[in-house]
Amino acid sequence: MTVEELKQLQVAKSVDARSMACPGPLLEAKKAIGSIKPGDVMEVLSSDVGTTNDIPKWCAKQGHEFLGFYEDSGFYRIYLRKK
Amino acid sequence: MEKNIEQLKAEIENLKAKVTSIENSRKDQLSIAIVSGDLDKILATMIISLAAAASDMKVKLFFSFWALAALRDPRKKVKGKNFISKMFGLMLPKSKDHLKLSKMNMMGMGPMMIKNLMKKKGVYSLDEMFKMAGELGIEITVCEMSMDLMGFKKEEFIDYPNLRFAGAATFIADAAESSVQLFI
Repeated sequence: MTVEELKQLQVAKSVDARSMACPGPLLEAKKAIGSIKPGDVMEVLSSDVGTTNDIPKWCAKQGHEFLGFYEDSGFYRIYLRKK
Repeated sequence: MEKNIEQLKAEIENLKAKVTSIENSRKDQLSIAIVSGDLDKILATMIISLAAAASDMKVKLFFSFWALAALRDPRKKVKGKNFISKMFGLMLPKSKDHLKLSKMNMMGMGPMMIKNLMKKKGVYSLDEMFKMAGELGIEITVCEMSMDLMGFKKEEFIDYPNLRFAGAATFIADAAESSVQLFI
């Protein structure tokens, strides 16, 4: 997805993990994914650049669809769709 | 003809059984044997374990030898130890808060600096990691043989859900059915 498309997404849940380092954002994502419905979009905010690599891997393993990410001011917005 | 079909059926059954046994031998599971009691190694153990648990992997940790120091609870005192056991108790770190770095320990300055940096950078503390590990169902097994060797008692370990005490065969059995096995 392009950044423009990502910005248009209807986000069901936003997880703010900006103060955390690995593996914090992943654990926060795991906690939050249970609270949304299949097909919903979740956004993860992280200031840890490794998260942009870890979340796609996590999605591939868990079967969620990784949609993409873009850099905001000093952090990343990462998007995925729950399977 | 009928005989052939019977034969095929039998073969399919046979294959099914084989596939099941292969599947069971490669569970989505992580087994780690932890021998080192250094702060850096215990941190690595917990970070890898939590990342695995976040991906719904079953995690089984086998703590042995020096790593046992990380599971000691400094508030729990046990009586009736012999001289050597007492010495081990005195010489080894009292808990996970007292672990040394494998490099750049600098009489305790190193661990202090690392812990400060971790706090600053938003890395979970060891206490937080053990708490989360318990909540996520990460299993911890204490090697009973090393426990006896160093004169530790079951009563002086941390409160952790379902802390188990077992031997090397348990680690082998867990590791054999895990898709990932590590030694730290």
